[in-house]
Amino acid sequence: MTDFDIIIIGAGPAGMSAALTAANGGLDVLLLDEQPHAGGQIYRNVKQNHSKQSWFGKSYSSGINLVDALNHIKITKCFGATVWRVEANKRVLWSQNGESKVSTAVHIVLANGAQERPFPFPGWTLPGVMTIGSAQILMKSSGIFPKDSVLVGSGPLLYLVATQMIEANCPPKALLETQTLRMMINSLIHLPKALLNMKSLIMGFMFIYKIKSAGVPRYKSVSRLEAQSSVNGSIKFLFSHKGIRKSLTTKLLLIHQGVIPSTEISRSVGVDHSWNTSQLAFQPIIDKWGKTNIDGLYIAGDCGGINGSEAAVLYGKIVATKILYETGKINFNLYKKQSFSISFSLFFTNSIRLFLDTLFAVPQETLSPSDETIVCRCEEKTVGEIKLGLNEGITGVRQLKASIRSGMGQCQGRMCDAIVRGIMLNNISQNDINILAPKARSPIKPITLGELSKMKLD
Amino acid sequence: MLNNQSEIAIIGGGVVGLSVAIGLLQSGHKVIVCDGEDSDARASFGNFGLVWGQGKGWNFAPYAKLTVDAIAAWEDFSKNLNDLSGLDVSLDQNGGFEFFTDPDKLNNFISMLEIQKGHAGNRFNYEALSGDELRNQIPGIGSKVVGATFSQLDGHINPLRFLRALRRAVKVLGGQIKSNASVKKITSNKDGGFSLILANGSVTSSEKVILCAGLGAIKLADQLAFKTNIRPERGELLITEKLGDQLPFISSTIRQVDEGGIQIGGTHADVGMDDNETLDIMVDLARHAVEIYPALSNVRVLRAWGALRVMSPDGYPVYAQSEEYPGAYLITCHSGVTLASLHASILSDWIENNVRAPNLEAFNENRF
Amino acid sequence: MKTDSRFKTLIKSTNDVNFTLFGEIVTVPKGTTLAAAILSNFGEASRITETGALRTAFCMMGVCFDCLVEVDGNPNIQSCMVLVHDQMVVKRQIGLRSIGISKDD
Repeated sequence: MTDFDIIIIGAGPAGMSAALTAANGGLDVLLLDEQPHAGGQIYRNVKQNHSKQSWFGKSYSSGINLVDALNHIKITKCFGATVWRVEANKRVLWSQNGESKVSTAVHIVLANGAQERPFPFPGWTLPGVMTIGSAQILMKSSGIFPKDSVLVGSGPLLYLVATQMIEANCPPKALLETQTLRMMINSLIHLPKALLNMKSLIMGFMFIYKIKSAGVPRYKSVSRLEAQSSVNGSIKFLFSHKGIRKSLTTKLLLIHQGVIPSTEISRSVGVDHSWNTSQLAFQPIIDKWGKTNIDGLYIAGDCGGINGSEAAVLYGKIVATKILYETGKINFNLYKKQSFSISFSLFFTNSIRLFLDTLFAVPQETLSPSDETIVCRCEEKTVGEIKLGLNEGITGVRQLKASIRSGMGQCQGRMCDAIVRGIMLNNISQNDINILAPKARSPIKPITLGELSKMKLD
Repeated sequence: MLNNQSEIAIIGGGVVGLSVAIGLLQSGHKVIVCDGEDSDARASFGNFGLVWGQGKGWNFAPYAKLTVDAIAAWEDFSKNLNDLSGLDVSLDQNGGFEFFTDPDKLNNFISMLEIQKGHAGNRFNYEALSGDELRNQIPGIGSKVVGATFSQLDGHINPLRFLRALRRAVKVLGGQIKSNASVKKITSNKDGGFSLILANGSVTSSEKVILCAGLGAIKLADQLAFKTNIRPERGELLITEKLGDQLPFISSTIRQVDEGGIQIGGTHADVGMDDNETLDIMVDLARHAVEIYPALSNVRVLRAWGALRVMSPDGYPVYAQSEEYPGAYLITCHSGVTLASLHASILSDWIENNVRAPNLEAFNENRF
Repeated sequence: MKTDSRFKTLIKSTNDVNFTLFGEIVTVPKGTTLAAAILSNFGEASRITETGALRTAFCMMGVCFDCLVEVDGNPNIQSCMVLVHDQMVVKRQIGLRSIGISKDD
C-alpha cells in the first residue's frame, strides 16, 4: 500500500495543473513544493498579491485560478517541503522544518521547473549583480523594486520584467541586449510557424512598445561584458557596443540569459537525459505523455525542456490524463478525446518555441567566458582553472569535477555544470567529446547529519 | 620504432596505474598510460584518502609488512610528488583512531592488532583507549563510544588532489597519458611484446604491459592468462559542507579533507557494479557520525555516493607476472593510496627484476 | 561601510515583524523571505566567502547558495528559503562555518 496515488513535486503551473486534473479524476495527490506558497516562480505569491497590484499583468493574475482550485479534498499540499531524494521505487524523501519524511506513491510527477541559465562574465559574483528572475521574485513576493537598475542579457523575461518595472514606476536605466542581428535573421525561418501563437507574439511586441514608450534606452548586440565594483557599492558595467567600449554605472545590474530545465532530481533518480541542441541544455528523455524510462515516473513542464508556463499547464494536464487512464479512472474514449484536445492546444502554444530559441540564442561568450571569469561560484573556480585541468588531459565532466572541484560546493553544480560543458566543448578536440549529463547524487539539497540520522525507515 | 609503440604500457590511469608509472619513469623507462572513459568505475574518485595501517594484514603477515613499509615511505613520496607536480597532497601522518560503540568488537579488534603487531614487529604499534580516556583526550566524543584504538602511524591525504598530482607528475616525467583509451583486447605478438586494441579501433604496441585497471581488469585478466578473480565491493560515503575549523581526529570512517568537508564512510556491500547510494546506508552513516562526534549533528550533507572497491578473492594485493605471457604483469589492490609510495618506487625494481627487486612471492596468484 | 539598499519598497504592510539583522533592529512585513528583508535594508554583502570575496543573494529561488547567512546561531542558512520571524537574530556568514560545540542529545 502506498501513501498516495500520485506525488507531484513542484506546485508551479505544471504541478498545479497535474494535481488538479488527477484530483478531479479521483486520485489521491500529494503536492510538494519548496516555497511557502503555491504558484511556482511564474505565479509566485499570486494569491498574496491578489487584488493588490496590476503591475505584473493579466497573465500573472490568471495563475490565481489554479492556486485557488488546489483547495481540493483529494490534494494534500505541503509547502516549505524540500525534496532531497526520489527513488525509482516511487519513494520520495522530503524535509520540512528540519524533519525528514518518507512518502510513497504509485506514480511520481516531477514538475520542479527551471532555473535561469548561469550567465557568467567577469564580475558576475559581485554584490549588486543579481538575476532578472531574482528581481522579479522580489517584486512579486516582497513588493520591493530595483532602484536605477540596468538589465543585461537576452530572452522574453528581460522584456517582461522591464515592462513590469515600468508599470510600477521603477523603470530600468537601460536595457543591454546580447541579441545580435545574426540571431534575428536566423530566427526568421521559424517565424511563419510562430505566427500560430499570435497571442504570445503580440504580447512580446507590446512589451517592447512599452519599453520604447517609456524612453528606456536599448543597446543591441552588446558583448565583452564585465562588471566592476565602484563607489558606494555601485556597479560599473563595461561592454562593447557598435565597436566602442562603453560603460554604465548602476546600483543594480540585473542579468538574464534564458532558462534551463532543473534536472537534479531526474538525473539523480536515473532518468535518461539528452542534450537539446537548440536550447543548449540537458533535458530528460520523455515521450509525449511525459513518461520516462522509469516505470511510473513522469515529467511535466519546464523541467522536461523549456516551453514556458502556458505549455507547462498543458503538460501537467496531459501527464495526469495519462495516469488517470492507466489507473482505470477514465475510459479509453475519454482519454483519447482529452489528450487530443490538450495536444492540439500544445501544438499552437509550442509553435513559437524554435523562433524564441533562435531569436534569443545564447551568445558564445556566455557558453565559454574569458579566463578570469568565475565558473563555480561556490568553490570560486575560474575558467582559467578549468582550462588548466583540460590541458592536463581531462576529457570528461566527472574527471574535471574531481580534479578542479568545480561543482563540489553547496549548490552541487547547479550554477556551473552548464558553463563547464560550454568550456569543454570549446577546448577539447572534437574526437574526444563525449559529454554525458553529469550524474546527480542525493541529497539533492543539503540536509543535516542530525536530520538524516533521526530518520525512521521501515 | 612506430609512433604508437612504447616500452611499457600501463592499462589504467587511476591511483595504482599512475603510481606505478612514476616509478618506472623515474627508473628511465618509456611509459604510456591508457586511461579509460569518464564513466568507468574509477575507484580513485571514491576513495577515502587514508594512509592507514590499523588492521592491515593481521591474518597475512606479508601484507602487514608491506603496509608498514608503505606508510614509512610516504613522507618522501609526497615530497617527491610535490616537487614533480607542484601540488601538495596534504599528507597528515599524526595518528588515527578506530572508534567502537560495541565493547566486543573493540576487544576483537585489539586482538587482531596484537597479531598484526607480531607480524610487523616493533614497526607497528597502537594503543587502546577506554571511552573515558578517549573523551578526556578529545572532548566532544559521544557517550556511546566505548573505546578506541589509536595508531601513531595512521594518517591521510587529499585523495582527489593526489590523483591530479599523479597525473601531472607522470606528464612532467615524460610519460604519456592517453585519455578515453579503453583497452578492449590484448594480444601477445609473435616476436615478443603486446598489442593493445582500444575501443576506438586504434592499436598501441609495447614490450611490456602492466594491468592496473582496477575493476576494468575483470575483463582483461584472462586475456593475459591471469587467474585472479577481481570483484567489486561497494562502499558508500557522505560528504558534508566545508568547515572552517579542524575536526580533532582522523578515523577510518570519519575524516576531514583539508579543504574542510567531512567524509563519512566505511561500508561494505556485494552488489555487483551498482554504484548508487542507498537511503539505509546514508542514514546509518549519519547515525555513526553523530554517535561518534555529536557536534556533527548540525553539519549538512552535500552528497552521498557509492564507489566500488577493487577486491581480490582474499582482499590482499596481487603482484603477478603472467607465466604464459612473460612481460605481462597484474597489479591490483584495494589500498591504492597507502601502497602508492611503494608502487612508485620498488615496483620498478620488481618489473626490471634487478638486484634490488623486492620479494613479492607472497602476493602472486598461486595463493588462489 | 554601510551601502544603501538597491531596492525600494512599494508595497507597505501593516503586519510587521521585528528582528535583528546585522546588528540593527529592522522591521519588515510578515511573510517576507529573509533574503528580501536583507536586500531591502542593506546594499552590501551578506556573505563573505572563504577567500574573502563579497556576495549577496543572486537567484532568490534556492539554487545558487550565495545568500547564506547565520540565523539564530545556525550557519549556512539559505536566506531566500526562510521567512522572517520576530526576535530572529541574523548575522553575516563570514568565511566557512565552524563545527560548533559537541553535545550528546
